[in-house]
Amino acid sequence: MTLLTRIAPQLIALAALIALVSLFFPGFLAVDVSGGRLVGPVIDVLKRGAPVALLAVGMTLVIATRGIDLSVGAIMAICGAAAALSISSGLGLVPALLVALAAGAVAGLWNGVLVAVVGIQPFVATLILMTMGRGVAQLITEGRILTFSDPGFAWLGSGVLLGLPVPTWIWILTAAAVGLAVRRTALGLLIESVGVNRRASALAGVNATLLLIAVYVLSGLCAALAGIVETADIRGADANNAGLWLELDAILAVVIGGNSLMGGRFSIVASILGALIIQTIGTGILLAGFPSEYNLVIKAALVLIILVLQSPRIAAEWNLWRESHRVQPRERRRT
Amino acid sequence: MTRKTLMMTAAALAVSTGAAMAEGEVVGFSQIGSESGWRAAETTLTRQQAEERGIQLQFSDAQQRQENQIAAIRSFIAQGVDAILLAPVVATGWDSVLQEAQEAEIPVVLLDRQVDSADDLYLTAVGSDLVHEGEVAGQWLVDEVAGEECRVVELQGTTGSSPAIDRKTGFENAIEGHDNIEIVRSQTGDFTRAQGKEVMESFLQAENGGQDICALYAHNDDMAVGAIQAIKEAGLKPGEDILIVSIDAVPDIFQAMAAGEANATVELTPNMAGPAFDALAAYWADGTMPEKFIQTESKLYTQADDPQGEYDRRKDLGY
Repeated sequence: MTLLTRIAPQLIALAALIALVSLFFPGFLAVDVSGGRLVGPVIDVLKRGAPVALLAVGMTLVIATRGIDLSVGAIMAICGAAAALSISSGLGLVPALLVALAAGAVAGLWNGVLVAVVGIQPFVATLILMTMGRGVAQLITEGRILTFSDPGFAWLGSGVLLGLPVPTWIWILTAAAVGLAVRRTALGLLIESVGVNRRASALAGVNATLLLIAVYVLSGLCAALAGIVETADIRGADANNAGLWLELDAILAVVIGGNSLMGGRFSIVASILGALIIQTIGTGILLAGFPSEYNLVIKAALVLIILVLQSPRIAAEWNLWRESHRVQPRERRRT
Repeated sequence: MTRKTLMMTAAALAVSTGAAMAEGEVVGFSQIGSESGWRAAETTLTRQQAEERGIQLQFSDAQQRQENQIAAIRSFIAQGVDAILLAPVVATGWDSVLQEAQEAEIPVVLLDRQVDSADDLYLTAVGSDLVHEGEVAGQWLVDEVAGEECRVVELQGTTGSSPAIDRKTGFENAIEGHDNIEIVRSQTGDFTRAQGKEVMESFLQAENGGQDICALYAHNDDMAVGAIQAIKEAGLKPGEDILIVSIDAVPDIFQAMAAGEANATVELTPNMAGPAFDALAAYWADGTMPEKFIQTESKLYTQADDPQGEYDRRKDLGY
């Protein structure tokens, strides 16, 4: 019940958006079954939204600690390149995935140590890897698009399981696992407390340093999964373009999810809805068939509307207005 | 020993081509960097072409910075090279350094990109005509469908970039007057595989599962490669159900053509140095002034042009 109240604004925004897109593309909600798989624009949203949804899971926790991770796009490029290189040098599927995940964890560890141990501001600390990471990825791929033809790896990007695309399962399972881990234990509460006041939490006995590092490592792992999905999808590691600017979409998803950039309370489900809202806008624009010059303007306008409607100040003004209209007659009676 | 081999190679080439050869000339080459596979291939081919002609190439990688290029050109002038090749990273700010080269009587040839300086400051510019590339692609489609109805979807390059604008214009020029061919959807795929695939998926959704699409025109091969995967995953046969024509001629599109999944590509040749060295050889021999713009050939490759062979020839060029 409380969860439903928490995510109500995101659900309403998503529903309104779907209605809007359906005006321009009537078949948006249509889902067909073709060869054992579901086909339709909604399924595309669930599949194409995978990278941002995965990034948003890690980003939500980082932001809850009052941090930010700008490097996730670059980590995607590194991990995609590492996976493609391992696969094409004949390492086999499972080792290749482990290499990619290890690369993501190491990248997250680097961020976490810079933030929690060295004490660099998260914005600057992760900016370093954002700048450097793409160069690292280019060194791995030697500047070319590293292609491979391993069907098992490609399945992770474009395969189907029980009717749904595999990337969709990957983000659902990741979000569920992380969500359960933070909400069925005290972990979520500890993360929130570090975000609200790190020193007070440390004095109260929370190992804030370890927790911060762990959160950035998790963000790196989520970025690794996103990089694996994107690389598998196009059957090639494109170091120049993989995950480019996706860190901004991930932060936007967290913000649309109603999480404060000042840290503290967070909701992973709401962030995921934010990611789906962003992807619905993207897919909707493509289906509606507007000239491409309008893409970014339409996206920005819709995001602005959603954020304005969610703004606490607007909500407070609205409540005040409503209260004043309700209270006035009663007061008149009293006098 | 090395010089002897070079001289012999040069002599052999001179006999075979009958042209005036520049033996042991020194040419400085200021390259932008290696930001794309195409540019890496251009560097490789420039080295190859120089070696074949017995030209000694001084190579300088500017790593995307104009000040590095200017410094490299000044050092070429100080060394007294016989000519300078310049792939300019930006269009403006070259006047003074080109002036210095002119005063030292060293001819400068621009590769691939143009500059905003007066055209008497350089010998010639070698490059491709982007509008013409689009026209070649469009003409192929006009000939291929031969009057039948054809609904085309277009994957544009990065919105506002000159290759995207020019390749779009060229294609539209070619299909003008052929009312059977119509561009029904056009969206940007940012020149990348991932975007090409995502946008193609939406085209397929919007056009009756792809049944209503007759052809795809992609502004570069990478987007076409992404789109081919989307078409396959939608259960259609790329190259048969949907014709595919794109531009650049990178190795991977030849692989797709060899598999029958792509139909045609227009080459943006990375061999800009060949025509440049030809112009320089004529200039050195008897002072012949070339045209101010040497347009490279925008060659069309189809499935009939030995795609597997073309792939093998290109795969080691650094693409």
